[in-house]
Amino acid sequence: MLTKRIIPCLDIKDGRTVKGVKFVDLRDAGDPVELAAAYAAQGADEIVLLDISATNEKRKTMAALVEKIAARINIPFTVGGGISSVEDVAPLLAAGADKVSINSSAVKHPELIDQLAKEFGSQFVVLAIDARKVGNQWIVHTHGGVVPTDRKLFSWAKEGQARGAGEILFTSMDHDGTKSGFALDPLQKLNELLSVPVIASGGAGHLFHFAEAFITGRADAALAAGVFHFGEIKIPELKLFLKSNNIPVRL
Amino acid sequence: MNIAVIQYNAGNIRSVAFALERLGVNYIVTDQPEEILKADKVIFPGVGEARSTMSYLKEKKLDQLIIALRQPVLGICLGMQLLCRHSEENNTPCLGVFDVSVKKFVSTPQSKVPHMGWNALTNVGDWLASSITEKQVYFVHSYYVPINPFTTATTIYTVPFSAALRKNNFYGVQFHPEKSAETGEMILKNFLHSSL
Repeated sequence: MLTKRIIPCLDIKDGRTVKGVKFVDLRDAGDPVELAAAYAAQGADEIVLLDISATNEKRKTMAALVEKIAARINIPFTVGGGISSVEDVAPLLAAGADKVSINSSAVKHPELIDQLAKEFGSQFVVLAIDARKVGNQWIVHTHGGVVPTDRKLFSWAKEGQARGAGEILFTSMDHDGTKSGFALDPLQKLNELLSVPVIASGGAGHLFHFAEAFITGRADAALAAGVFHFGEIKIPELKLFLKSNNIPVRL
Repeated sequence: MNIAVIQYNAGNIRSVAFALERLGVNYIVTDQPEEILKADKVIFPGVGEARSTMSYLKEKKLDQLIIALRQPVLGICLGMQLLCRHSEENNTPCLGVFDVSVKKFVSTPQSKVPHMGWNALTNVGDWLASSITEKQVYFVHSYYVPINPFTTATTIYTVPFSAALRKNNFYGVQFHPEKSAETGEMILKNFLHSSL
């Protein structure tokens, strides 16, 4: 049976992990290579690296970092942040990235999704969508969830799939950082609407939040950052909990 | 031992190379026939689309070379599918080592396509160590090889399909051992240590 995936996310600025990482038994928790390797060893199913510096100059640093991580870890990983063209992506693929995630630039230029899917295959393209509930509507926001757009979550996700995105990474900006659980209703709706996998993001605080995302939200994967970085939730413990709730996971 | 990784426009060559480095084996990534022919073992990786990849292999005359190889050859993902007779992906005639036709998954509300993520190996036999039965490995694919006389491991996703194949010196895996954590490493080692 296909298992549900647990995905730690690392925010990277100038080649270092940011957002505070307290990782015991790690010489340098700010080193994304060490951190990615530690997560892989703990049983993470994938890793997402988000370059939040993402200027042209710094993207070269990112390709070098991707290469170091690819050399070290034996599970798939996704690289995102500031990707706005096919030219931005080729060096990341060459460095060993398994997937790239695109966000703001896809909203601005939706044809980027088609171009990347055509050039590298749909399995390589993750469309990340940050959305917030405004009135009754889930509105897509860009630039780290700050700038509202005229796009709606569900139609944008559907369009992204039609253009060739192989996965949708949905972050509820209303839930992100609250530790109050994932946004279950929109997750469920995305799952009904889409035929590509959906990754739930934003709101993880307790073990049972992940179970809810998989059972109620019917997500294919769940992503979190802080709860893993601070050791509040340990991946082996999380997976045993999910298994005991009859959710298929890789142990 | 010398390993040749066949160089072509596949997406996962770098990942395969890194996995071999982690295992500490000597390898070269090459599309030169003489280099491939003299290698002890050959890895035929693959991420991409069947028809364009077959055209590329033909253009480089790698198609004839691959099927004539005598040493152990491991096809990974699309590499394994291309070792079959035919693929439904853009109706592509393939290399024909395994006399079986590659089919497309039909997506259902419960099962999305591509089949992406970690899934379990069952009915493990032949060159794959039985210790990996029920272990999960990483898959990303929309097409599959049905169960056939050469199947050496199966996985279930909407239907049971071939997770691994073997015929004489030709081996194939549908999953990505280079991305399948310790289980993947064990499978690569099995192949590297296998004798005909």
